[in-house]
Amino acid sequence: MTIVRPSVALTARRPARSLAAATVALLLAGCATTGAPPPEADAPATPATPAASDTSEPPAASTAFPSTYEPLAHPATVLRNATVFDGTGRRFDDADVLMIDGKVAGVGRDLAIPAGTAEIDASGKWVTPGIVDNHSHLGVYPSPSVRAHADGNEATAPNTAQVWAEHSVWPQDPGFVRALAGGVTALQVLPGSANLFGGRSVTLKPVPARSVQEMKFPGAPYGLKMACGENPKRVYGSRGRQPSTRMGSFASYRAAWIDAQAYRDKWDAYERKRAAGEDAEPPKRDLKLETLKGVLDGEILVHMHCYRADEMLQVLDMAQEFDYRITAFHHAIEAYKIADRLAEANVCASVWADWWGFKMEAYDTVPTNAALVHAAGGCAIIHSDSDMGIQRLNQEAAKVLGDAERMGLAVEPAEAWTWLSLNPARSMGIDHVTGSLEAGKNADVVVWSADPFSVYAKAEKVYVDGALAWDLDNPAHRPITDFELGQPGEGDLK
Amino acid sequence: MTALTLAPATVAARAANAFPRPRVGRLTRRLGVAVAALAAALAPAVPAMAQSVAITNARVVTLSDAGTLANATVVIEGRRITAVGANVSIPRDATVIDAGGGWVTPGLFAPAGRLGTVEVGAVDGTRDDQVSGEAAGFSAAFKVSYGVNPRATAIPVSRTEGVTRAAVTPVPGDSLFGGQAALIHLRPAADAVFKDSVAMVVSLGEAGARRTGGSRGAAMGALIRALQAADTIGPLDLTQRWDGPIPRADAEALAPVVRGEIPLMVQVHRASDITQTLKLIERFERLRLILHGAAEGWMVADRIVRAGVPVILDPTANLPASFDRLGATQRNAARLIEAGVTVAFVPAGSDSHLPHLIRQSAGNAVANGVAWEEAFKAISLNPARIYGVERELGALDRGKLADVVVWDGDPLEVRTNPTHVFIEGVATPMTSRQMKLHARYSDLDGAPPFAYRRPE
Repeated sequence: MTIVRPSVALTARRPARSLAAATVALLLAGCATTGAPPPEADAPATPATPAASDTSEPPAASTAFPSTYEPLAHPATVLRNATVFDGTGRRFDDADVLMIDGKVAGVGRDLAIPAGTAEIDASGKWVTPGIVDNHSHLGVYPSPSVRAHADGNEATAPNTAQVWAEHSVWPQDPGFVRALAGGVTALQVLPGSANLFGGRSVTLKPVPARSVQEMKFPGAPYGLKMACGENPKRVYGSRGRQPSTRMGSFASYRAAWIDAQAYRDKWDAYERKRAAGEDAEPPKRDLKLETLKGVLDGEILVHMHCYRADEMLQVLDMAQEFDYRITAFHHAIEAYKIADRLAEANVCASVWADWWGFKMEAYDTVPTNAALVHAAGGCAIIHSDSDMGIQRLNQEAAKVLGDAERMGLAVEPAEAWTWLSLNPARSMGIDHVTGSLEAGKNADVVVWSADPFSVYAKAEKVYVDGALAWDLDNPAHRPITDFELGQPGEGDLK
Repeated sequence: MTALTLAPATVAARAANAFPRPRVGRLTRRLGVAVAALAAALAPAVPAMAQSVAITNARVVTLSDAGTLANATVVIEGRRITAVGANVSIPRDATVIDAGGGWVTPGLFAPAGRLGTVEVGAVDGTRDDQVSGEAAGFSAAFKVSYGVNPRATAIPVSRTEGVTRAAVTPVPGDSLFGGQAALIHLRPAADAVFKDSVAMVVSLGEAGARRTGGSRGAAMGALIRALQAADTIGPLDLTQRWDGPIPRADAEALAPVVRGEIPLMVQVHRASDITQTLKLIERFERLRLILHGAAEGWMVADRIVRAGVPVILDPTANLPASFDRLGATQRNAARLIEAGVTVAFVPAGSDSHLPHLIRQSAGNAVANGVAWEEAFKAISLNPARIYGVERELGALDRGKLADVVVWDGDPLEVRTNPTHVFIEGVATPMTSRQMKLHARYSDLDGAPPFAYRRPE
């Protein structure tokens, strides 16, 4: 049986801490020469593959459309003398960041640098883990925004759990390159929020590719996009269909979970029979129920668009009723009102810095939302939901820091970086391989021209798996999508 | 004369941050009066009367010939600035704000957007930012000013971020023309509009084509016919039937546009559309233009500067969001400014609810090659120039209206906040609905229950 490894992170509050502490201890001891990654750190780096002889395995969704991602050339590189946020909440001054074989090999001073390692002078620069955006529609709502490209919402039925965002992704979306230039090294592309069950998300690296498979983040679990509130009831209510009200939405969710439980039971019964050596016909696969079963089995992570506090609490009750987990509430405008409950339930709040007022459920925004969630001990995430915002997520976090300071809520900048990398990675089940600069993790690293919480900072170099995927100062490392080739401004500094 | 340090009665005062916090003091022996005056100035419900204020020990960005002054003082008396400089005398009765070396600038001026006309985007009854020409029977005659709500919750949100003035520009609905823009102040008041009919909004390019018959030629043709009708319109004669190509009310509204009294604000992006738009000046010699959008402006910067046309743009726009914007780049602003074009920045976000993000726009412009002072002008002085109110607004200079902001750091940095916002000499309250919501829920364990908590 092939299972996408559920993230340990989802049960442990801050799983990276122990590893971080170990790294720090090593650094403090002045002997941070960590060449070999810890064995468990990068284990699921390859996609699971089906057992060739066994055709009667349970739904093999996790093995379909496998990642064919290959990192670019990634010679061993050390970034010298930078100010470093390691992504776990720590800051290092005048530190080196060593990348070997596409992995972080160490952060600190006096690292043992193997011969032949390329040296980059990063003095005066800042280095952080690559930004991870857990809410993007790049590729499914690409630029140019024309009707022919609008592939993000299968708004033909309130439950389309059977659709997969990756089948809509246009790899030539120039937005991917802009995101990369903004320091993004991983992103979750979600279906839109027209439906109660929007479909499966896909986790990508914003690297130039001919197919979406070449962008798929190896080993990343799938997510399921769900939506609360105004959007589904507006879309379907206007067509005279359920849901036209919030209570209609909940009735529809619950009916779907009941179907999913029955589907799971059918498969479980089949598996028991097979295990007992009995003859058994596998049930017919149902793509919609397969996705929901994945959630019940803990293999698919629920990312739920939900603005209002009261509605989020109802959803948490529903998750208890059907025994599944919500990984993150997205947009979560009112997360600050229930920050204690979200922390207790170990559910991340993925939010904008300051968007508000565009609909009723976005009326009660505070620009300190992320900081209040963080202060309550919760998992705060700054997401974009925007092809513009994704280019400046560091500034979005900076605005929250500024507004929080004004309200008497001081957050350490190094800690706030968890909102941009480690926490979103955790919500996507990839925090064991990215999201911080701990030794053994993928070398997803950004060199900033200045303090990345300054509006003036630019991502100068962006490394994905130790490979220089973006270089502000070198056109040879600035990809141009097919769409922009031969157009006005081709190759321009965008 | 010893300045007494008072705790500002604002939410902001509770901040414990890394920036040096300006101290409020007072040059007077009558302490009680000072406290009362200050309390009045900061009380949210009652707008304070303008009074004498001296902001000392400040890095003053004047945007006048004086440039940026270190260790300077700004004196406000009544509605106006009465002195700016290093060695100015402070009126005896002035409230003194020691800026602690912090920054003082002119108030921010959003050059376009919908502030005060949209309370909740998806709640139709709260929207007054556009007209259906088909339903109303007019479009150019539409004045957005009638719908401006001085009590919109977005106004304090933006004011406490340093915005003191904004142009409210209607959005074209189903017609070519969006209607007439107005200027508002963000001071608590019964009426926010201080100058009406400051621009006529029209949309060309792809968007204009969609509204007029499916092609750019249709949009330009419709615009030219409308301007011609306006050019020939006589005094209203009720005995004569109007058979012009556009409603009579629209032709009347467009007459001052053709006469050059009101600028035509053209929303356009593609370089070729900008070129065609600029040609309108050959046909209508007195026409004054403002370009709004202009993502490909840099490609025809020389033509724009020759025509003397200012440009309102989003300096962060860098995606080929449509075929009109293939050349979009964050270098647009720097290239236009380099060519000599007057530019102003719209927010990198919602122009109805986040107009204060013009600061973030300006900061990003600096990160992409614009000089700091030029970027700051693009969100203060240049909008004032574009709308012809630069004699009163946009700079810190003796005699100008006292729109003055004291900041706790570099105002183009996104982490910086204002500590004081004066609009026409009035110290405005540093509170917003958002701040109250924050205060209500900042302590989730506390008592009494949330709905009984009434933050200041």
